[in-house]
Amino acid sequence: MGVEGIGARVVRKEDRRFITGQGRYVDDVKMVGMSYAHFIRSPHAHAKVKGINSAEAMKMPGVIAVLTGQQIVDDKVGNLICGWAITSKDGSPMKMGAWPAMAPETVRFVGQAVAVVIAETKNQAKDAAEAVVVDYEELPAAADIKTAIKPGAPQLHPEAPGNIVYDWHLGDEAAVKDAFSKAANVVTLELTNNRLVPNAMEPRAAVAHYDQAEEHYTLYTTSQNPHVARLVLSAFYNIAPEHKLRVIAPDVGGGFGSKIYIYPEEMVALWASKKVGRPVKWTGDRSEAFLTDAHGRDHVSKAEMAFDKDNKILGLRVKTHANFGAYMSLFSSAVPTYLYATLLSGQYVIPAIYAEVIGVYTNTTPVDAYRGAGRPEASYLIERMMETAARQLKVDPAELRKKNFITAFPYQTPVIMAYDIGDFHASIDAAMKAIDYAGFPARKAKAKADGKLRGIGVSCYIEACGIAPSKAVGSLGAGVGLWESAEIRVNPVGTIEVLTGSHSHGQGHETTFCQIIAERLGVPISQVSIVHGDTDKVQFGMGTYGSRSLAVGGTAIVKAMEKVEAKAKKIAAHALEASESDIVIENGEFKVTGTDKSIALPMVALAAYTAHNLPDGMEPGLKETAFYDPTNFTFPAGAYICELEVDPGTGKTSFVNFVAADDFGRLINPMIVEGQVHGGLAQGIGQALLEGAVYDNTGQLVTASFMDYTMPRADDLPSFQLSHTTTLCPGNPLGVKGCGEAGAIGASAAVINAITDAIGNNKLEMPATPDRVWHAIHG
Amino acid sequence: MSTVKLTVNGKAVSVDVEDRTLLVHLLRENLNLTGTHVGCDTSQCGACVVHVDGRAVKSCTMLAGQAAGSNVTTIEGLAKGDELHPMQAAFRDNHGLQCGYCTPGMIMSAVDIVHRHGGKLDEETVRHELEGNICRCTGYHNIVKAVLDAAGRMKVAQAAE
Repeated sequence: MGVEGIGARVVRKEDRRFITGQGRYVDDVKMVGMSYAHFIRSPHAHAKVKGINSAEAMKMPGVIAVLTGQQIVDDKVGNLICGWAITSKDGSPMKMGAWPAMAPETVRFVGQAVAVVIAETKNQAKDAAEAVVVDYEELPAAADIKTAIKPGAPQLHPEAPGNIVYDWHLGDEAAVKDAFSKAANVVTLELTNNRLVPNAMEPRAAVAHYDQAEEHYTLYTTSQNPHVARLVLSAFYNIAPEHKLRVIAPDVGGGFGSKIYIYPEEMVALWASKKVGRPVKWTGDRSEAFLTDAHGRDHVSKAEMAFDKDNKILGLRVKTHANFGAYMSLFSSAVPTYLYATLLSGQYVIPAIYAEVIGVYTNTTPVDAYRGAGRPEASYLIERMMETAARQLKVDPAELRKKNFITAFPYQTPVIMAYDIGDFHASIDAAMKAIDYAGFPARKAKAKADGKLRGIGVSCYIEACGIAPSKAVGSLGAGVGLWESAEIRVNPVGTIEVLTGSHSHGQGHETTFCQIIAERLGVPISQVSIVHGDTDKVQFGMGTYGSRSLAVGGTAIVKAMEKVEAKAKKIAAHALEASESDIVIENGEFKVTGTDKSIALPMVALAAYTAHNLPDGMEPGLKETAFYDPTNFTFPAGAYICELEVDPGTGKTSFVNFVAADDFGRLINPMIVEGQVHGGLAQGIGQALLEGAVYDNTGQLVTASFMDYTMPRADDLPSFQLSHTTTLCPGNPLGVKGCGEAGAIGASAAVINAITDAIGNNKLEMPATPDRVWHAIHG
Repeated sequence: MSTVKLTVNGKAVSVDVEDRTLLVHLLRENLNLTGTHVGCDTSQCGACVVHVDGRAVKSCTMLAGQAAGSNVTTIEGLAKGDELHPMQAAFRDNHGLQCGYCTPGMIMSAVDIVHRHGGKLDEETVRHELEGNICRCTGYHNIVKAVLDAAGRMKVAQAAE
C-alpha cells in the first residue's frame, strides 16, 4: 500500500470546497433570464380536478405563465414509468395506473402537482400560486394497506382492481409445507416495517434551459444517476432526443435512494423552459420533500419459521403486504420482490423458503428504494424472527444464530441468491468480544439494582450489493442493464482524468477512485481528477445506488486502467528498447525489471500524443474505455450488537454501547468506509427509535416537517464502535463488496431486539418511542 | 423594497430587498454567497447558520432588515485567505462531512459552541449543543470528533495569540 493507495486513510479531496462554502449544488446555479417555478399541489389525498382558474393569477406582477396538467398531456409528454416489470403468481403482468407529471383529471395523494406557476421571482411565483383557484371534488381515500385491500375500499386506478398491483411469490410452497409438517417447533411473528421519509439534507431542485437555436435542452438536477435520467426523459417522456439533452448532476446533497428517480418536477421544468422561452428553476422546500420525495419501507408482514428438535431451521414462510403509495415509482416494483424476498435466507441455512408479496396502492406518496431498499425489510424480519425464536426456544440468541449459520461457500439459497463468500462466525465473534457479551448478565443485574432495564440485541445481516449481472436482472424484469462504464484519459503531461458513470453525492468517489489509480501507477492523487455527473462529459453510465459504485464502477475503472497500462507498457518498451514483458510500473515510472532503465509516466504520455516514435501500427493517444458487467451480486455481511437501558418510568431508551463488525471485503479508504457505516447506523437507529411517516385516515401526512418527523439528532445517537472482518469478494478484481447500506440494513433489528430483551415483552413496533415502550412495559 | 446596509465577511454592502426577504436569501440571491444553505422551512435543520455580530444565528429565521447594521460572517468568510479555520480543518481531518450540504451551518454552529464553552467541552455537551443542526450522512460520530478536535486546536491557537 502506498501512502495514498488502497487501504490508506486519505483525507478527502472534495472536502475543501465543502468546508469553505464553495460546493456547487443545483440551487446555486443561476442563468441569464432565469425564471422560477412554483407548483400548485393537491391538498386532498383523492379528488377529481374539476377546473383550474388562473385568470387572477395571470394578472399578478411578474407572472409569465400558469401551466396545467392538461397542457402537459396535450403536448404529449409521457407518463412516468416504472422500470421493473413484475409478474404475479397467476402469470399476469403487474397492474399499473397512469402517472402524469401533473394531474389533469384525478389527484391521488396530498402534494401531487396539478399546475405550475412560472414567474420572474420565486416570491412572485408563490404569490400567484395562491391566486390560482382549483376546483376539486373530493373522493374517499384509502390511506393505508389495511383500508386499501378491504372489499369496497376506494379504488385508485381502474387498471388495478382491489388496489392490488401484483400478488407475487418466490420459493417452493410445497417444500415449505413439508418442512412445517416435520417441525418440532414453529415460531410466528407479525411485524410492520415503518414508512420512512429519506430527507437528504439538500431538497430536490432543477434548473432547465431550452436553447431554441440549437433545439437543445440542459438540465441541472439533484440526481444520483444523470445518464439514466437523460435516457428516461428522452425515451419515455419525449422531452428531447438524447443528443439534444444534457443532464448535469453537480454537487448533490445526499440521496439515499430518493434521488434515483426522475420526478415530475424535472420533467415540468424542462417542458416549461421551452414553453416560456426562458430558463426555469425549481427548488423544492422541505414540505415538498416530505410530500413528494419517494418514501421508503412500509411493509406489513406475517412470518413463520419451523425448527427441528435440535433447533435447526427447517423452513420459512413469509407473507408481506407492501405499500406503493398512489403511483408506481421508477424502481418501486423491484424493492419488495427481488431486493427483499431474495434476502430472506439471511445468514442461515434454511432448506425451504416461500414468500408471497402483495403490492398495494394507497392514497399516499409513492414509495420506492430508500437506503437498503428491501434488504432492511428482509434483514429486520429475519433478525426479529431469530430473536423471537431464541426466546421461545429458551436458547441464547447468539448461539441459535451460530447453530444455523451458513459456513460453506458458495452457497445457493432457495431464493435465487448464490452467496459467494463470507465468514459469519468471524463477524459475530468480533462483535460479541467487542461488547463483552459474556459479561452482559452481570451488567444487567447491576442496572436492575439502579432501577433500569438493560437489554442486549444482536442482528446479523447480509445484503446483496453491486447490483448486478445485467443478464440476470433483465431475466427478472429489469428495464435497464446494471453495468458501469469508465474512461481513463492520460493527458499529454501525464495527469489523469477518470470519467465514471458512478455519481458521488457524499460517498467520496473523488478520493476513493483516485486511490485506485495511485495504487496501480504510484502517482500522487493530486495528479488525478474524477469527472462525473455530466452526460456531455461522461459516456453512458448507470449511477450510484445499491452500494454499487466501487464493486461495479470501481471495477470498470480497473478494467480501463488495465488497457491504459498495456498500451503504456508497449510505448515504454519501445522507447527503452526493451521487451514489453520486462516492463513494470513503480512510483509513476515504467521500469525495465532488473535494470536501472526507466521512463516516467509523463514522458510515456507525451510520446503517445506526439506520436513521433510509437511502435509500428499503434494509434496515437493514451485514453481507454471499459464497460464492466458484474458476474454476481456482492454480499456484504456483518453482526451488530446493541446494548441499551430503558427507564421504566418514562419508556426512554439510552444507548450503552453499539458495536458493528462488518465484512465489506477489501477496504480502499477505511476512513470513508467508517463514515458510511456511521451514517447507515444512524438511519437504522432512526427507523428503530424515532422516524415514522404517519398518515391520518383521510390521507393527510401529519409528519410533514422536521417539527413533526423526528430526524436523528446528535444527542439521539451514541458513538459507534466499529471493526472489520474480511473475506475478499471473489467476483471482482478489487475484492470489494460495498458498504453504503449495511448500517441501515442491520441496525434496526439490533435496537428492537435489545429493547424487547430489556422490557421482557417481544411485542413492540418501530419507531419504539418512549410512549410505545412505556405501554409495552406497563400495558 | 428597502435598502439594507450591513457588513458581510468584512465588506460593507448595501442591498435593495423586499421587506419580507430573509437574511439567508439576501446572502444567497443578492450577494451570491451560496455556501449558506437552506435545508428546511421550519428553522430546524441549521444548514443556514451564520454569525451575526459573533453569535450563531439561523439566517432563515431573521429578516434581512433585522440584520441592518450588523456584522455577518458566513462560511465563505471563516478562513483567513488560504488558511482554514481550525474548525474547517478539523471537519476535513476527522471526515466530519459527506455530502457537504449541512456542513457550512454545522461548522458555523460548532465555532460558536467552542466560543461559548471554551475548554469545557465534552462529547455529551457537543451532542446536546448540536441539537439544532441536522446531518443525514455522518451519524454525527465524526462531527462530534471534529468539534472536540477543533476545540483543542482553537485553544492552542488562542494561547499562541
